[in-house]
Amino acid sequence: MLKVFLGRLMTTIPALIGVVAVSFLLTRVLPGDTAAYFAGPAATPQAVEEVRKSLGLDRPLPEQFSRYVADLSRGNLGNSLTTGQPVLEDLKSRLPASAELTLFGLVLSLLVAIPLGITAAVKQGSFIDHACRAVATAGVSLPVFFTGLLLVYVFYFILQISPAPLGRLDVFASAPPTVTGFYLVDSLIARDMQTFKATLAQLLLPGITLAIFSLAPIARITRASMLAVLSMEFIRTARASGLGKRTIIMTYAFRNAMLPVVTTLGMVFSFLLGANVLVEKVFAWPGVGSYAVEALIASDFAPVQGFVLAMAILYIVLNLIIDLSYRLIDPRMGATS
Amino acid sequence: MDRRDFLKKAGATAAASATGVAAPAVFTSASAQSRAETLLIVSESGPNNLDIHGVGTNVPGYEVSWNCYDRLISHEMKTGPNGVAYYDRDKFKPELAEDMNVGKDSATFKLRRDAKFHDGTPVTAQDVKWSLDRAVSVGGFPTFQKKAGSLEKPEQFVVVDDHTVRVDFIRPDRLTIPDLAVIVPCIVNSGLVKKNAGPNDPWGLEYTKQNTAGSGAYRCTKWTPGTEVVLERNNDWKGGAQPKIPRIIWRMVPSAGNRRALLERGDADISYDLPSKDFAELKSSSRLNIVSTPYSNGIQYIGMNVKKPPFDNPKVRQAVAHALPYQKIMDAVQFGLSEPMFGAPAGAATKAEWPQPHKYNTDLAKARALLAEAGMPNGFETTISFDLGFAGVNEPLCVLVQESLALIGIKATINKVPGANWRTELNKKEMPLFTNVFSGWLDYPEYFYFWCYDGQNSVFNTMSYQNPEMDRLIAAARTSAAAGEMATYEQSVRGFVDLAYADVPRIPLFQPYVNVAMQKNVGGYQYWFHRRLDYRALTKA
Repeated sequence: MLKVFLGRLMTTIPALIGVVAVSFLLTRVLPGDTAAYFAGPAATPQAVEEVRKSLGLDRPLPEQFSRYVADLSRGNLGNSLTTGQPVLEDLKSRLPASAELTLFGLVLSLLVAIPLGITAAVKQGSFIDHACRAVATAGVSLPVFFTGLLLVYVFYFILQISPAPLGRLDVFASAPPTVTGFYLVDSLIARDMQTFKATLAQLLLPGITLAIFSLAPIARITRASMLAVLSMEFIRTARASGLGKRTIIMTYAFRNAMLPVVTTLGMVFSFLLGANVLVEKVFAWPGVGSYAVEALIASDFAPVQGFVLAMAILYIVLNLIIDLSYRLIDPRMGATS
Repeated sequence: MDRRDFLKKAGATAAASATGVAAPAVFTSASAQSRAETLLIVSESGPNNLDIHGVGTNVPGYEVSWNCYDRLISHEMKTGPNGVAYYDRDKFKPELAEDMNVGKDSATFKLRRDAKFHDGTPVTAQDVKWSLDRAVSVGGFPTFQKKAGSLEKPEQFVVVDDHTVRVDFIRPDRLTIPDLAVIVPCIVNSGLVKKNAGPNDPWGLEYTKQNTAGSGAYRCTKWTPGTEVVLERNNDWKGGAQPKIPRIIWRMVPSAGNRRALLERGDADISYDLPSKDFAELKSSSRLNIVSTPYSNGIQYIGMNVKKPPFDNPKVRQAVAHALPYQKIMDAVQFGLSEPMFGAPAGAATKAEWPQPHKYNTDLAKARALLAEAGMPNGFETTISFDLGFAGVNEPLCVLVQESLALIGIKATINKVPGANWRTELNKKEMPLFTNVFSGWLDYPEYFYFWCYDGQNSVFNTMSYQNPEMDRLIAAARTSAAAGEMATYEQSVRGFVDLAYADVPRIPLFQPYVNVAMQKNVGGYQYWFHRRLDYRALTKA
């Protein structure tokens, strides 16, 4: 297992080098001039030049790149000009916010999507099957910002049962002491039930928004994969042997249908983490998605590079975990490789 | 009862009857007390730096600086348009200074003896000199803003004794004293900042980026970039009457719809960057207090590059000026929330002030005639560019202009420029036709014209307009103002306004409004040249 792990780890290195180089080059070919943007509305050309110089942007590209790599090797991701903070600090404080929201949304989504997918596969062509198709289609078709705004309008503005969409916590509540950066976990560690409830209340609407969006791929894959497994011979044998319906579906069919679901799950998670920028905007959520987009609009290179790098590492780690979990789900995976 | 009211009530009743519980309050009872003492501001974006002297400090950062630092002097208030408290351009009041004595070659300021910085150290003349030296030395925006008032060299700031500072003039300039009352010449705690300055950072910009080191009415106690700024009142403030509100929480809410929902639900106290449409609707619903004040010395305009055909021909520019859909823009883009800058009566005399409306109106027959005179009866093709950062106004505006120009045969393609790129594009001075806004802190016509029409061709002279007669008139206005020759001054101002409107390199459309929406129990709003909030005067009943 360790050997496999190390072997997989080695293959990630070229990918990382590629990401560093590409993210650097991409931000440089973006239209827009950082210096002009940050010199402010009343800047003269001289002022712009002064800002450019103080940012080191007047130097040739290879020199900027070697500086960037040297800084990276010291763990310095540079400074964000939009927030004025070191990028590493920004990512550290914002990644947990996004991760908590995404995980929460994903769990909500799983709770609905998997039972829905399984039922749809078992009762193919039934009312549930059509409902599954309808829900999945609606979920992907509704843009997240629309779902988000709609939920805010209904549950905050009209029904008044949701707290104000003001980020992770109410304005007058204070964050629990940081252990994991996940407020739900941290407030439990601090045994602060009031903060836990407040956090949960804030998480609910954005979580549901994300869940509605990510429902579709999970439910559809569960259904398709279950259908494939259910038509296999070992299921027929199990049925012929008179095993209980529940045992057949959950123990035999679902376990075998899980591989593609887990693969999709990994994809959906990493996709949501970066792509939930719109949800973050709607709910004033201090996450990485909105951070990266704001930086991009301002031609602020360092955070964009830092974000791409963080996302790349996350993808790599996730894929590694998924690869390794295959072996746990299906022992044959280890034997063939 | 309007539709929204009905839905709200119906919804609330349904929810209450369905669940059998009352809707939970947004604020818990424990926080009710602090709620009453706190002002919650919501806006789209927040500061990137707490110090206006920093590299690339954004406009929200100016608001923190304004409220957390003092200047030597500030402006008195007067009653402005719509009865709003409005800063008085011509009357100064002492802030850190208790006395100001302006002579021919210098101004002398006596400092208050009781003023203290937030850490308790007294404010001395050395702090003042260090701070002003810093403003003229750090480069970038602060230094250039100081130059606008002929404040250029550290030698101009002289410590006379511990509580007296003299500012020497390098040339007579009417803008020198006003330039000491803008946001930039804030007085910084030099002892504290020097202690935290690094070898590569003699002015301690890294420290003041994160910390407010002033003597102002508020100090920043918490700043989470992109999320929240918390300011607490400085109960020892000596620069004026003690502010009424002990705590300010300023939250960044990127979605305009949610900012409006927060206001309408009564959770947020004040917000000032909503789309015009929202303000227009809120105004008519009268549930909130909406204050609209025209930008001082600011206009949105259509500019034309006079260096390149076809806009090098004044007839073509006049044709465009007769073809713009002015009233449609006012109605459909601004929802009436701005001051029209067009259609002055034909016989009206030019006033010695700025901004003022021009005499062009939408008159397509005249536009076609002018275009024919210019030798282009069938029109031409061009592109109209705008800044996507302000797409809410610019995009519909450009579509209307495109539509209207098509009627006289000018086919304009719309070119959307991303916000980060806009300034670069302006600097290149290659866009043939574009819309933009310019507004100056210092509310003087010659200041506006010096930046926007002078032959030195600054970045704000977006049209590359160069005309020796214009330069002469602007220079005459500046020198006569400094010398106090008001007759010559007014004549020069009328002269350059007339010339600008005859040559029309840029066509003013409207003077935008600063719109502020607040709860009915929030009072004390003041309009300032910087257009940000002054927390010191705000009240909450």
